[in-house]
Amino acid sequence: MLILFFISSGLFLGWSLGANDAANIFGTAVGTRMIKFTRAALIASIFVILGAVLQGSGTTNTLSQLGKVDALGGAFTVALCSAVIVAIMTKNKLPVSTGQAIVGSIVAWCYFTAKPVDYGILTVLVSSWIYGPILGAIFAALLYIFMRRFIRTTTIHVIKLDILIRYALILTGAFGAYSLGANNIANVMGVFVHSASIKINFWTYSFDTIQILFLLGGISIAIGIITYSKKVMETVGSDIMTLTPENAIVVVLAQALVLFIFSSSSLSNLLISIGLPPIPLVPVSSTQVVIGSVLGIGLVKGVQEVKFGVLRNIALGWVLTPILSGFLTFFSLFFVQNVFDIGITDGRQMNNSLSHAASTPIIIHFSNDYLYVVILSILALFGLGMMYLYILFVKSKNKYKLNQEKLTKDKEHVEFLRAISELEVNILSDSYSTGNVNENRKSDLRDFTTSINEIQEYLQSLLDDLKEATNEEDVTLIKQKLEKITLNLKDKSDLSDGFSLFLNKIDDLESFFLKKLRNVNTNLTIDEQKLALLLEFGFSDSEIISIFRLNHAEYESYKNDLRIKLNLTENADIANFLKSI
Amino acid sequence: MLFAKSNQSIALIDRFLNLVDQSVLLFKEGVKNYVFNNIENFNNNLHSLANLEIESDNIRRDIENTLYTQSLMPQLRGDIMRLFEEMDNIIDLSKKNLFQFDVEMPLIPSTLKNDFIKLTEISVSAAESVIPAAKSYFTDPASVNEKIHRVYFYEKETDVLADVIRRKIFREMPDLHLSEKFHLRYFTLHIENISDTAEKVADLLSIMAIKRIV
Repeated sequence: MLILFFISSGLFLGWSLGANDAANIFGTAVGTRMIKFTRAALIASIFVILGAVLQGSGTTNTLSQLGKVDALGGAFTVALCSAVIVAIMTKNKLPVSTGQAIVGSIVAWCYFTAKPVDYGILTVLVSSWIYGPILGAIFAALLYIFMRRFIRTTTIHVIKLDILIRYALILTGAFGAYSLGANNIANVMGVFVHSASIKINFWTYSFDTIQILFLLGGISIAIGIITYSKKVMETVGSDIMTLTPENAIVVVLAQALVLFIFSSSSLSNLLISIGLPPIPLVPVSSTQVVIGSVLGIGLVKGVQEVKFGVLRNIALGWVLTPILSGFLTFFSLFFVQNVFDIGITDGRQMNNSLSHAASTPIIIHFSNDYLYVVILSILALFGLGMMYLYILFVKSKNKYKLNQEKLTKDKEHVEFLRAISELEVNILSDSYSTGNVNENRKSDLRDFTTSINEIQEYLQSLLDDLKEATNEEDVTLIKQKLEKITLNLKDKSDLSDGFSLFLNKIDDLESFFLKKLRNVNTNLTIDEQKLALLLEFGFSDSEIISIFRLNHAEYESYKNDLRIKLNLTENADIANFLKSI
Repeated sequence: MLFAKSNQSIALIDRFLNLVDQSVLLFKEGVKNYVFNNIENFNNNLHSLANLEIESDNIRRDIENTLYTQSLMPQLRGDIMRLFEEMDNIIDLSKKNLFQFDVEMPLIPSTLKNDFIKLTEISVSAAESVIPAAKSYFTDPASVNEKIHRVYFYEKETDVLADVIRRKIFREMPDLHLSEKFHLRYFTLHIENISDTAEKVADLLSIMAIKRIV
């Protein structure tokens, strides 16, 4: 069981690899709903385990040549530090490679334990980080050209083509998962190969350490795929370029080919047999190969499709991941060895049990290399500080980006509000001018009605004069009074036009209203129409009474008649009703 | 085996496109029968077109269900359903227009009979030309653009002829009542609508084909 605890860091690394890298294989297929996640996860899990168990030894050997981590404590620390760096970089959305992290950690272990580092292998590994994505880009570009030609020239019905693409996605995904397992299992379990020793017998067949480790590693990757890759799958591809299912086939196939080539011993042996140089069997980052592949497609489609900022991030990953991982491992190894007293190399085997380790007092073993350790620890701290600063930088950059987006949205919002307020102002000014027009119309009418009152008063005075004249018995006096009346009439002859003018004016001005009013009831008398008009205009009761020269009771009776003809209830507000029509 | 379900969907799509083709043919025949006063044949056309419209609606719904329940072409199905909706509009318009002939019974003067028939033929040709283009979208998207240029041609011709007819109605036929002139003008517009809808389908197809090729 103790061995399980020590390899748990490797299993954790496997889990995070599965969670992140499955998206490179089935991300677009699941994201575009061509394949259901459960199906994709099942296929990926099965093939990743198969790849790990059947073909994982090639890359593991190469990694072992770099540095043989020969104690479980050391292997645990190496794998844990790599996993932590991978987790941190992934959280900050950097295209990180578990391979690069583990290489940095192994080199740090070699330095810490003063074991030799095979610089030849290190060079091969580092160069593979560069030509892995480049090879991916070349494969993807060629496959894309082939795929595009096929899509353009094929006469297969679009529905059948859709089915074919689905199957192709499943097949390439399975191949991709197999290659991922074969190539990347070294990152997960490679460091434990020389330190762990397990054997399980099944009747006549027995599993050795490597097979069991690879199986466990494969299972941990599969668990990562099943438990956590869904979230990543739903967003993959959009970071660099939006992928169609057709392009996804190209990218996954290119990635699978690159990973397969770098992990196939038989292919390497075949090349040797025909006199060509062997292919280095090295773990390659599937994420970076995918990015290379997407860029390859982008270059064929046109450079404007490519987001070159991503390239910078890859290059940053090449440098940053191994360095940070190395520093963290070196620092952690120091603690594991000196604080927990756990052996990190064969020369200083771990204690019998963890409980013993836990009960052991914290002892720092001084040695001749003390100064050397202190300097390296300072460097490790410096490295961690750098890492922290970088994370801060990335975070602030993301924050800046978010702020920029927020600012743009705010601007749009302000523009929107401005447009709304302008609209509001326009409406208000319109209604204001409409109000002015109404007011003008009202004052016009008021003037007319006032003149009517004058006319009526004048006519009343004439009537009184006539009555007086008729009551006179003296003919000369009658004549005089009649002459006076005639003169008055001559003077005011234009007043009689005023009344008719008023009526005409009302008809002209308010023909639309009167028309609508007549639609409500066709039997309205002229007086009732006029009353309705004045009410609609908002004349007060007293104003109307004076205009029509009525007493209050007569006015109320008029209003009641109007209410009845307009089908209104006894208490209904006629003015409001008239305004509404 | 591999394509068992997809063959069903393909058959439905082909059936739908054939129905669009048949609907415009029935419309053309219907207008001819109306103009030449073959009332019995006209009624048959009308009846067939009404049945055809119901069938096309059902098929369109079946296609939609199949595409979504079987998760076929998640990238393209939205566009494809929009295409079918627009094409279904051609069938709906054909039926509606023929019903308008039946209900309103426009008086077509003998001097305009040939013009109306020609207008119908050209407008229907636009709709007929869009069908091979739509079929090509599913099998050979690169050839769609070669086919839709005919739609644009017929649509323009329809517009020109409709203008000529309207000028004749309003300028050269003083014996007609204004109401009759208006009535005839509406019928030229109804017939024109078919080619306009075909043009909309052509526009949509053009973009969809580009999406598939790139």
